[in-house]
Amino acid sequence: MILPVLGIGLMLIIWTAISLKVATDLPSPWRTWQESQQYIVNPFFKDGEMNQGILRFAFLSLIRVAKGFTLAIALGTPLGFLLGFSPKFHQAFDPVIQVLRPISPLAWLPLGLVIFKQSEPAALFTIALCAMWPTVINTAMGVRSIGTEYLNVGRVLKLSPMKTLRKIMIPATLPYMFTGYRLSLGMAWLVIVAAEMLTGSPGLGGFLWQEYNSLVYSHILLSVLAIGLIGFALDRLMGVVERHFKTA
Amino acid sequence: MAILELTGVSKSFSRNVGAKSQTGKIEVLRDINLSIRENEFVCVVGRSGSGKTTLISLIAGLIEPDAGAIVLEGKPIEGPGPDRGVIFQNYSLLPWLSVFENVYLAVDAVAPNLSDREKRRRTESYINLVNLGAAMKKVPRELSGGMRQRVAVARGLAMDPKVLLLDEPFSALDALTRGTLQEELARIWTETRKTVVMITNDIDEAILLADTIYTLTPAPAATLGPAIIVDAVHPRARMQLSGLSSRQKARRETLSNLTSGMAAKVADTAAVFH
Repeated sequence: MILPVLGIGLMLIIWTAISLKVATDLPSPWRTWQESQQYIVNPFFKDGEMNQGILRFAFLSLIRVAKGFTLAIALGTPLGFLLGFSPKFHQAFDPVIQVLRPISPLAWLPLGLVIFKQSEPAALFTIALCAMWPTVINTAMGVRSIGTEYLNVGRVLKLSPMKTLRKIMIPATLPYMFTGYRLSLGMAWLVIVAAEMLTGSPGLGGFLWQEYNSLVYSHILLSVLAIGLIGFALDRLMGVVERHFKTA
Repeated sequence: MAILELTGVSKSFSRNVGAKSQTGKIEVLRDINLSIRENEFVCVVGRSGSGKTTLISLIAGLIEPDAGAIVLEGKPIEGPGPDRGVIFQNYSLLPWLSVFENVYLAVDAVAPNLSDREKRRRTESYINLVNLGAAMKKVPRELSGGMRQRVAVARGLAMDPKVLLLDEPFSALDALTRGTLQEELARIWTETRKTVVMITNDIDEAILLADTIYTLTPAPAATLGPAIIVDAVHPRARMQLSGLSSRQKARRETLSNLTSGMAAKVADTAAVFH
């Protein structure tokens, strides 16, 4: 209990030192708090699209992440199953996936704008494309590591392919799938900021970029902290869900 | 009248990993001939690594023989199926299903057209047969090894197989639990009179349960020794058996079959203790 407080305190001291000596444009923790408190104390106020309470922005970002993440796992899970099942499919598509995987959201977004001509679907497209890979890879690994003893039970019982999938393969893969989901959600949250910055959509990333352009640097720090805290909370939440599925 | 018949069954596995990275084939079973009557309890005794599990996998249809035929009720077997219900050494219960659901899966697989109520009734009766009525809703992780193997026995019986295959079902259990489960299996078998092929490395277990015992010679290229008949009424109790002369005869024969070849030294040591 003491050590984390110590760590946070040290960070605040370093932050203050930098703002005083190194980069004087950087607001100190105290100034950040003073200039940001109306966003925190009154987190749900709305005064125009790009001037809202911090939780309101967070909520807009979370909605966008939820949509993109849903799309990512809806595409990624079946793709992972196919890759895990079929060595041929794996041989055919693994190189494609390995090339697509390291592409930055900043590279996908303009492409999304070209395809969809609107910022919102372009943002979702970017989130889904960047966030699905951990789900794809973990699901495929899960399918490949289903124990032969479980599959043999299905064979001896002559279960139909659908029933084998439902009763054996999916439950056996679930722990891997949820590890993938947790990583994918983290990725989606990373991408959201970039997507909002480039499209100027209202949300934490959009707010951050706007305040940079209006030279209110303390609000950048406010956004950064909010992004970090919410990302941390999301990961913890998914961690709990993930543990729930670790049966075996 | 044989219900299950194996003629000239051989099986080799290719091996390409090993200390000397030898490649080539290793012959596990050679020319296995086995004929099993309906309602007969057959035990195949062999030491570890002698191809026992390979033999049961062949009968189950999980793997295919290189040569020879496996015929069930006059028809060559084609792949695995619930008519040859298997009780695996490692239980192989599905950890995400409860005791009830694990057994229900088997009932549902062999009798899909029954009403849900009847399927539930059957499931419960199999679970009660192995004395696990109180653990119906538990998941395998909450059960001891002995209880898990009981569930596996219930599931095997729930397949209502023509031949029940048991692959060293009690070898992973402690001696006390093993003894209880052996006697329980003896009781259940006397009630159901299923045709059973059981693989084991425990001679006493074989003598307690089996009508006929075959020994498997040591690998590689293991084959079956002559049939040894255990002529005693079922169900047998452990205590009762120790005085039986047919038991002693069966034990001596089993041991002497096992002692042939390289196993001689080990079995001699074993004989001193018995």
